[in-house]
Amino acid sequence: MTATPAKAPEPATSPAPGPAPTSPTAKAPHGHRRLLTRRDRVTLGLMAGVPTILHVALVWLTALASIALAFTTWDGIGFDSITWVGLQNFRELFTSNPQFWPAVEHNVIWFVVLILLPTPFGLFLAVQLDKKIRFSRVYQTAFFLPVVMSLAVIGFVWQLIYNPDTGLINSLIGANKPGHYIDWIGDPDLNLWAILIAASWRHAGYMMILYLAGLKSVDPALREASALDGASEWQTFKNVVFPTLRPTNTVVLVVTIIEALRAFDLVFVFNKGAQGTELLSILVTNNIIGESSRIGYGSAIAVVLLVISLAVIIPYLIATFRKERRA
Amino acid sequence: MSSHPSPTTTLNVALRAAPLNSGAPRKQRTPIRPARILLHTFLVVTALAWLAPLLWAMLAAMRPYAETSAKGYVSWPDKLSFDNFINAFQQSDMLHYFGTTLLIAVPAVLLTLLLSSMVAFYVSRFDFRVNLFLLLVFTAGNLLPQQVIITPLYRLYLLIDLPGITMSGKLYDSALGLVLIHVAFQSGFCAFVLSNYMRSLPHELTEAALVDGASVWRLYWQIVLPLCKPAMAALATLLSIWIYNDFFWAIVLISTGENMPITSALNNLSGQYFTDPNLVAAGALLTAVPTLIVYFALQRQFVSGLTLGANKG
Repeated sequence: MTATPAKAPEPATSPAPGPAPTSPTAKAPHGHRRLLTRRDRVTLGLMAGVPTILHVALVWLTALASIALAFTTWDGIGFDSITWVGLQNFRELFTSNPQFWPAVEHNVIWFVVLILLPTPFGLFLAVQLDKKIRFSRVYQTAFFLPVVMSLAVIGFVWQLIYNPDTGLINSLIGANKPGHYIDWIGDPDLNLWAILIAASWRHAGYMMILYLAGLKSVDPALREASALDGASEWQTFKNVVFPTLRPTNTVVLVVTIIEALRAFDLVFVFNKGAQGTELLSILVTNNIIGESSRIGYGSAIAVVLLVISLAVIIPYLIATFRKERRA
Repeated sequence: MSSHPSPTTTLNVALRAAPLNSGAPRKQRTPIRPARILLHTFLVVTALAWLAPLLWAMLAAMRPYAETSAKGYVSWPDKLSFDNFINAFQQSDMLHYFGTTLLIAVPAVLLTLLLSSMVAFYVSRFDFRVNLFLLLVFTAGNLLPQQVIITPLYRLYLLIDLPGITMSGKLYDSALGLVLIHVAFQSGFCAFVLSNYMRSLPHELTEAALVDGASVWRLYWQIVLPLCKPAMAALATLLSIWIYNDFFWAIVLISTGENMPITSALNNLSGQYFTDPNLVAAGALLTAVPTLIVYFALQRQFVSGLTLGANKG
């Protein structure tokens, strides 16, 4: 397994990075279909059917069930106790839950920070590393290492830095003595930002790799032409390179929004989403593994998360697939 | 939103880009210029800053608790040793948790690749009406935040009785349950990537075989699948790391500490057994070792996988 992929496969390498070579496909399938025996049809049905049933049952039907449960109250014991309550869960969520709006705000902050700090920094690193320099791979590995590690492990590693007693920061600035504590994890004004530094640390490496791949697809002739025209490095980047990165930027934007909506592990390891680090994902989870098991209420939060996610996912996929079909 | 790269393109780019990253010597090496020196200085400093949290954890893990509590963490170490690693490994029965993780990750990776390649084969090689919709369902499902589905899933897992099949007698709190949700969730992403890959294979290959009377299964198993090895290798690397690193599913769907995979077990153990931060650091670093090994051994596959699936959160 390890040796073969090293030689990139002919079908993947040979075609120009233009439209996918699907043109001869368009007419062929009709011929195909006539050739299929009944057994073939059954095989095909099973090949598509089994995975689809598994995926739809565990992902989409449960998502639908979340929507249904959001309009009920249920203690989880027996189906008899499910009661339809209409919009009550949502009303309560929007008006009287003290954690809901802060959680929404924190999710938004999470996204804004990721898109404004580590994303441009990842792009900057990618541009530097794309300059055909020596040791490029060593640098890449250093920046990329956090992406390989579990977010939970990252949470533990950063706690060694933030711990009020024994952490690196407080030890360095002498704030680890009683009376001088800076509580990076417990202070509601600080903890979200402390966690976001750890999240950004990881995100930058991820963005760097995406942009590096994007930069490889920039036609070198464009850059040469620009250099010949006497454009400075910055001008070339701004007017020639960056515009061609548009597809990568779209992917980066979608990835970052989804990361912000999914954010969970780091916060859970840090302080379980208490005081100052509430997130929508944390509120949903607390309704399952916390003390309070309010299923309908938790589902209502999940529905909010679902609606926001679909508002991003659907336009993105429609655009992607439309392009695919035209290609 | 209109201009997303054809994912096939992304794949081509990724696979071609990979060898470039390998640092092979280039013919025209740029002469040493001040700008280059500045750039290298910047990169060295930033790279060290990037590694600093891990190096700090490593330093903490290599010092005895007694020493750090007496002298403080920011102090010159008298003695560095791997004692904490050995203690963490033994005290927390880490071998057992590596075992439970393997029991989940190996079947999950293999099943995901098998099932998603079948779907990909179906949608990319035959022109059925539902294809596009099917692929859309799979891909969108993978992009959802897990918390959207967890509440009903949790209830469902509690409802499904599997006496004698799993230790818990239910889908809940079982390795099987985790395998199933990993497969269901990740197959969305893999089906998307593999279908794009398969679409780039020449159609003549399968057409000729079909005319010769080969069955659909043979087309899939003997012709298409072997050609997909590079993409499968990339996905396998990516999936192993993702599934190994999973925290959320395991935290919610496993209740018995012993059944937990290592990443979530660490969360439990850090409160129960590990008495000092140095031991926690050692435990956390040990947990990361397998992913680092996989990454360093299969770096190219990992990176190409990540970029070919650029829509992955």
